[in-house]
Amino acid sequence: MSLLIRGARVLDPASGLDGVAEVGIRDGLIDHLGNGAPAGAYEETLDAAGLWLMPGLLDLAARFREPGQSHKASFRSEVPAAFASGITGIVLPPDTSPAIDSPAIVNRIHRSASAAGPLNVHVLGALTKGLAGEALSEMGSLKQAGCVGLGNAYAPLANPLIARRALEYANGLGLTVHVFAQDASLANGGCVHEGPVGTRLGLSPIPAAAEVAALRFWISLVEDTGASIHVGRLSTAKGAGLVESAQRRGLPVTADVAVHQLFLTDEDVDGFNAQCHVIPPLRSAEDRDGLREAVRRGAIGAICSDHQPHEIDAKTNPFPQTEQGISGLESLLPLALRFAAETGMAPLDLVARLSSGPAAVIEAEAGSLALGRPADLLLVDSQARWRLQAAALRSAGRNTPFDGSEMHGRVVRTLVRGQTVFSA
Amino acid sequence: MNPNLQLTADGRLRHLLTLEGLEAPLLTQILDKAEELDAATQGPEKKLELLRGRTVINLFFEASTRTRTTFELAAKRLSADVLNLQVSASSTSKGETLLDTLKTLEAMQADMFVIRHEASGAAHFFAEHAAPGVAILNAGDGRHAHPTQGLLDLYTIRKHKGDFRQLTVAIVGDILHSRVARSDIHGLRALGAKEIRVVAPPTLIPAGIEAMGAKVYHSLAAGLDGADVVILLRLQKERMLGAFLPSLGEFHRDFGLTRERLRHLKPDAIIMHPGPINRGVEIEGDLAYGERSLILQQVQYGISVRMAVMALILGGEA
Repeated sequence: MSLLIRGARVLDPASGLDGVAEVGIRDGLIDHLGNGAPAGAYEETLDAAGLWLMPGLLDLAARFREPGQSHKASFRSEVPAAFASGITGIVLPPDTSPAIDSPAIVNRIHRSASAAGPLNVHVLGALTKGLAGEALSEMGSLKQAGCVGLGNAYAPLANPLIARRALEYANGLGLTVHVFAQDASLANGGCVHEGPVGTRLGLSPIPAAAEVAALRFWISLVEDTGASIHVGRLSTAKGAGLVESAQRRGLPVTADVAVHQLFLTDEDVDGFNAQCHVIPPLRSAEDRDGLREAVRRGAIGAICSDHQPHEIDAKTNPFPQTEQGISGLESLLPLALRFAAETGMAPLDLVARLSSGPAAVIEAEAGSLALGRPADLLLVDSQARWRLQAAALRSAGRNTPFDGSEMHGRVVRTLVRGQTVFSA
Repeated sequence: MNPNLQLTADGRLRHLLTLEGLEAPLLTQILDKAEELDAATQGPEKKLELLRGRTVINLFFEASTRTRTTFELAAKRLSADVLNLQVSASSTSKGETLLDTLKTLEAMQADMFVIRHEASGAAHFFAEHAAPGVAILNAGDGRHAHPTQGLLDLYTIRKHKGDFRQLTVAIVGDILHSRVARSDIHGLRALGAKEIRVVAPPTLIPAGIEAMGAKVYHSLAAGLDGADVVILLRLQKERMLGAFLPSLGEFHRDFGLTRERLRHLKPDAIIMHPGPINRGVEIEGDLAYGERSLILQQVQYGISVRMAVMALILGGEA
């Protein structure tokens, strides 16, 4: 099988290429890039004039609910939704049920995933046994089973000593620890940002300090141990500033943000909008703007969906009793494109935040169109404008606050290892 | 979500969920109606025919005797049929969701649900899902709102102090957890109170309360200075200790209303409390029923105010 795609604006952040070029694919790999003569003939030629061609998206946080919560979603339901959204790889957090704390579960997940399609499913192992925060998991075995990093999802660690030892042990194995920077005591079971809106609605607050204090803690342990951390789902401007200053000091600290944090604020919670119940919570407009700026500058190197599909009942309750999260796979690229349009961010930089940036975090062979790389890529009509309809989502979860919101760009085709997995 | 969930297209009350967003004319209409009903029920015959044939269900997910009783009495004085349901966690643990509970009771052709629930936003939730002819009356949701308590506080103040625009009102105590404080602030602001103060140690003041129109005081003497009305809030002792306050004694020492501290208030100032009071904590025992205190009148007015709200929503009266 071979395919030549011609006429597209190729955006390859790994090489810095941004221009009309040809991309040749043979046996699932990229074997031609540029405007020179290809090495040989291709069975099929695709004219993609007017479209953007970019590496497939790697989503650093997407929960597909399997195993354990298949009433919410499954690989079978979510893999096609990912492909239709230009996502060719995901990182699965370890808080499945049971938690991903043994090689058997890692293998089981890879089996279920591959039965649903050729999506690159990367798995984070549990940092502690059962995510209980008390005993180190068998990190070496998890690494051998293919885990690309370790984390404790939303679950807190019992004490700072466990955190330090976990970092040390992971560092010995060369594994990055994915950190959820929210101090559990300061968060105190809250459900919204601490501020005027939460106060008026009488909802339990999570102060910005919960993130800032946790970040200071983790960064000082990085200074102490030399271990690498990745901070997932930043929510405060101050937190983004801490990450940036750590990076300036040469510390191995990376960060991502959920795309909804670049648009929504605590004002969107008003009227008890349970679709905006997310953790970390939607914060102030200043925080949102600070996050936008950090993405633009690159201190936040990845934008993710933080995909958390739910059944309808999960959001059908008084606000504090609803489950957190947004079904975000299908709005990741369109919101990111809208973000770039609103901020004037260069398309190549945006593509980096969605592909090569996240790939660097897990050291995956993704996010690049270099010769010899797997042909995981997508074609998108970046000029398309449309309105998201929750009821029309492919994901099993229809829980989104973006119902009716303007989206930018439509995926025309997605390829994984040269094979078309979605075509509009 | 419709921000005017509780109003009809022509601005009448459809549900009562919060005092937020209710403007002075509507609040005044409710208070006037309460006054009319208060007068009409002063004699030995206390029963009116306004809601004959209507069914009101008191749906309480949080234990409450006092509030439930006043709602029950209010509905009965309007000749409505009243059903009291104390719903514990048990029905939800059987797998029935809140929505199931609502729909099941709606099927019994209730006209109004009076709902108390520990989650902020519960009343909004029920109103969003209620069938078209069914009204929701919020009897307290989490820390969010207790609009009938707010209205009866407004009623008490209007009756005893008159024009809100001349008044400085100090709300003292656990503002953080208080749905009463939030409802009072919305109502007082809508009616143009000169100054609204919240007085408590910083651990009991929620962040950004100033945005609601209240001035924050951490000293009782300064907070009471020149006030016309002081509203004391109930301190929930069990959740206070250690986490929010060093001790009840220390709270009383610094924030308890004592006879000695009355001198900070205007000479004709009134004292209110939503009840039940913790004697010797928020207020010195003999002040609670002293000459300045309207605590018992508040209970009586509470019935008229709740009657007024029910009559306006269900009776379709202008």
